[in-house]
Amino acid sequence: MVQAAEQTKKPKGSVIITAERCKGCGFCVEFCPPEVLELSAEYNSKGYHPPILAKRDQCTGCDICGMVCPDFAIYGYMIKKSNKEA
Amino acid sequence: MPEELYDVESNVPANPIEDLLRMDRIPHIWCPGCGIGTTVNCFVRALQTSGLDLDKVSVVSGIGCTGRVAGYMRLDSFHTTHGRAIPFATGLKLANPELKVIVYSGDGDLTAIGGNHFIHAARRNMDITVILINNMIYGMTGGQVAPTTPVGATASTTPHGNFEETFNLPFLAESCGAVYVARWTAHHVRHLTKSIKEAVAKKGFSFVEILAPCPTLFSRRNKLGDGLDQMEYYRDSSEIKNGADTKSVALDFQGKIIVGKFVDKVRPTYIEAMNNHYKAKYGDRYVPSDEMRKLNHA
Ligand SMILES: Cc1ncc(C[n+]2csc(CCOP(=O)(O)OP(=O)(O)O)c2C)c(N)n1
Ligand code: SF4
Ligand code: SF4
Ligand code: SF4
Ligand SMILES: [Mg+2]
Repeated sequence: MVQAAEQTKKPKGSVIITAERCKGCGFCVEFCPPEVLELSAEYNSKGYHPPILAKRDQCTGCDICGMVCPDFAIYGYMIKKSNKEA
Repeated sequence: MPEELYDVESNVPANPIEDLLRMDRIPHIWCPGCGIGTTVNCFVRALQTSGLDLDKVSVVSGIGCTGRVAGYMRLDSFHTTHGRAIPFATGLKLANPELKVIVYSGDGDLTAIGGNHFIHAARRNMDITVILINNMIYGMTGGQVAPTTPVGATASTTPHGNFEETFNLPFLAESCGAVYVARWTAHHVRHLTKSIKEAVAKKGFSFVEILAPCPTLFSRRNKLGDGLDQMEYYRDSSEIKNGADTKSVALDFQGKIIVGKFVDKVRPTYIEAMNNHYKAKYGDRYVPSDEMRKLNHA
């Protein structure tokens, strides 16, 4: 995915989403502290709308989304310095 | 799903749950918005940072939606009969005191059909951890009333509302002698993870009650919306009161929820009391079961 053009600072964290496992409960979107997730308009094969990282530069990698997700469909991680600079 | 919605970067850590869950059984059976999976996330993260030797941890469940947890854990685990997780766990612990035995089961399983086992394991200060998922009903069998159903809530067997007094589980556990008692909700993921870590590190009977949404049978019948609505209720109506008098933490229907660590004390565990007693009575003729095991395996 193309990074937003206006993005200046490097993000601290990111998420991995296993879209097929998602059941669209919305917990991750609601409880992400910086509110960087959104349910996508797309469907997975079970008919649910999985989340997407809408504000990529603001994810802190705190993994609250990973802890609240009842379906193990998302988790957050901190981007290591070396990854960031790459 | 179009792949391009998701970047797959290199060098990212794997999902932390993959270590400890039987991934071939995922997706699990729980409904969308069911809180049981959320509690499992916290449990897994707690175990991973607990410093315990995970080869010596076993998870025991009874029957119910929550009872499925044992079957999803990639640990020694036992899915026992309804209400009998605690006696099974007790047997495991007595036969091999080196094990950390954790019971993970539902409110109906542990406090209705299994209620006496709960009372007596706490009384004996049996060296096990009990994690109880309180969704306020029997989920798996269709939303029947449970000892934990709040007065005024509707269940499939109380279509005109429940009028029976509700168990206040932290008070019950403390009165019976539990040495660690805490309550959290599925919304309190960080506190809950820390609390599970403390509970499994504790010697004796430790008890963690977790309120979790059952959108399919509790919320829907009570017109409370979905799992997210219940999680928002937990967020908006909980108050953290560590050390609160457990008499004061009873739950009512959609009322205020007192959460926190209520009890953290020390008293001899069942195994310590038994060993001390028989050592005093029989001296060297008494060999405790953990020493016996070592002799047998030597
Ligand atoms: C001896 C026996 N009686 C009744 C049942 C039916 N039964 C299965 S699960 C269950 C209740 C489970 O409720 P709870 O422990 O609260 O778990 P939940 O599904 O809510 O997580 C009952 C009554 C059974 N399996 N065995
Ligand atoms: S890791 Fe934290 S900041 Fe990033 S999406 Fe998840 S909850 Fe939000
Ligand atoms: S919490 Fe999990 S299941 Fe719920 S919407 Fe987010 S990714 Fe999907
Ligand atoms: S019936 Fe209730 S407790 Fe059982 S999986 Fe569905 S939401 Fe969860
Ligand atoms: Mg239940």
